[in-house]
Amino acid sequence: MDNVMVSLKNVSFKYHTLEGETEALNDISFDVYEGEFVGVIGPSGCGKSTLLSIISGLLKPSRGSVEVNGKIGYMLQRDHLFEWRTIWQNAILGLEIQKKLTEESRSYVKDLLKKYGLWEFRNYYPNQLSGGMRQRAALIRTLALKPDILLLDEAFSALDYQTKLAISDEVYKILKNEQKTAVIVTHDISEAIAMCNRIVVLSKRPAYVKRIYEIILTSDDYSPIGRRKAPEFREYFNSIWKELDIHV
Amino acid sequence: MYEVASTYVSKEHQEFLKSVKRKNIMVRVTQLAILVIFFGLWEIAARYKIIDPFLVSQPSRMLKTMLTLNQNGTLLMHIWVTLSETVVGFTLGTVAGMFIAILLWWSDFLSQVAEPYLVVLNSLPKIALGPIFIVWMGNGEAPIITMALAISLIVTIISLATGFKEVDEEKIKLLKTFGATKMQILTKCVLPASVPTIMSAIKINIGLSWVGVITGEFLVSKAGLGYLIVYGGQIFKLDMVMTSVLILSILSALMYVFIVYLEKKLIRWR
Repeated sequence: MDNVMVSLKNVSFKYHTLEGETEALNDISFDVYEGEFVGVIGPSGCGKSTLLSIISGLLKPSRGSVEVNGKIGYMLQRDHLFEWRTIWQNAILGLEIQKKLTEESRSYVKDLLKKYGLWEFRNYYPNQLSGGMRQRAALIRTLALKPDILLLDEAFSALDYQTKLAISDEVYKILKNEQKTAVIVTHDISEAIAMCNRIVVLSKRPAYVKRIYEIILTSDDYSPIGRRKAPEFREYFNSIWKELDIHV
Repeated sequence: MYEVASTYVSKEHQEFLKSVKRKNIMVRVTQLAILVIFFGLWEIAARYKIIDPFLVSQPSRMLKTMLTLNQNGTLLMHIWVTLSETVVGFTLGTVAGMFIAILLWWSDFLSQVAEPYLVVLNSLPKIALGPIFIVWMGNGEAPIITMALAISLIVTIISLATGFKEVDEEKIKLLKTFGATKMQILTKCVLPASVPTIMSAIKINIGLSWVGVITGEFLVSKAGLGYLIVYGGQIFKLDMVMTSVLILSILSALMYVFIVYLEKKLIRWR
């Protein structure tokens, strides 16, 4: 468990627009260890997504350094399945882009689709599937590239509450099952507590690390829904809520 | 939810299907009836001299004109001339427009430089360029095709370039997280996502190409349906004019139907 997968050291980031420059991140440092699920939570617009873009290498930090040991997979807010491609064609999109479509990688995707109940739907188009199935297909598209670290950017926020609970539960199980490390950006405090081992609380923009919580729940059930029933859940929730210091 | 799996159809549903079918049949019948009544009334009104067949022609005379033109073999030639000019103009306009729109999507710099020129060229009535084309290219098919191209090109560029830019940024970001190149973003996402835009541009282009070719033929031509219309007008043979217009409307309708068929084949995922 002690291998550092992602290491952020004094990361700062500025956006430049014609109106001026905006400081989004200010001196952010934390590590993510192998197998860990780390939540990043903060007020809306504080630069959480920017942080993921920096970890994934889509953006370069203005100052500081990022070290990533392993391949990264990115899950965006909506599933973004291409509606002109079948589920199968969507699932192999990443492999196609990286020119890694081999007999072996195909059979890996096939196994994933079978394992997670989408094989019979491989020739369907996305708009013929339910929200949950679409989300699973999107996850398989990411997993097809065998990433070590998954970045989830508000991956469930576009879903209604019930679906969100069910899907985050499902995604959690799949990721644990495939022994992935995850960085989960969310604005949903309970989702973060239910899914993560540690939670990094960010301040308003320019974001700095306010506090890092170790989440230890005494619950027999390790699924996110089970974890929500743990007695400590409320305490964490209240504490993080106070820490976020949201005034409307 | 995922498949209409059951073969059992309830009585209620059968009734519903029947009523939908009945309505569709009624629509078709009414459409046909309007056509028959229109030509029937026209024929009768002309025959009983309620309207002057010399000025408005009459269906039976149009049929006769068609047969005479066909007998001396010129009808098919005129149709072929106009049709080929339209198809060539349309194809050139669509392909060149698409190519330029891709260039403008590729380079933001180019796109910004081109913008005022596109705006001006778009609002300019292209027919004004007709005499220039004739002086430059003579009185063959070249200026007519160029006319069709000039009318459809700018609209294609503008609508496609706008369509390309409206492709969901998040979809592009997704491809970038996979490390996609700009070429891959174009071929895997921007172009396929724009198929509906491209199809609607093509539909508009068909109509515009007809306009370009017919106005081109009005200005300069030795053959074609546009030539027949102008010639017929000049020698006061309204039969010839009306016949040509009728053939023209049938041709353009057929071409449109063909495009719609193509669209259905291409966009299966809808």
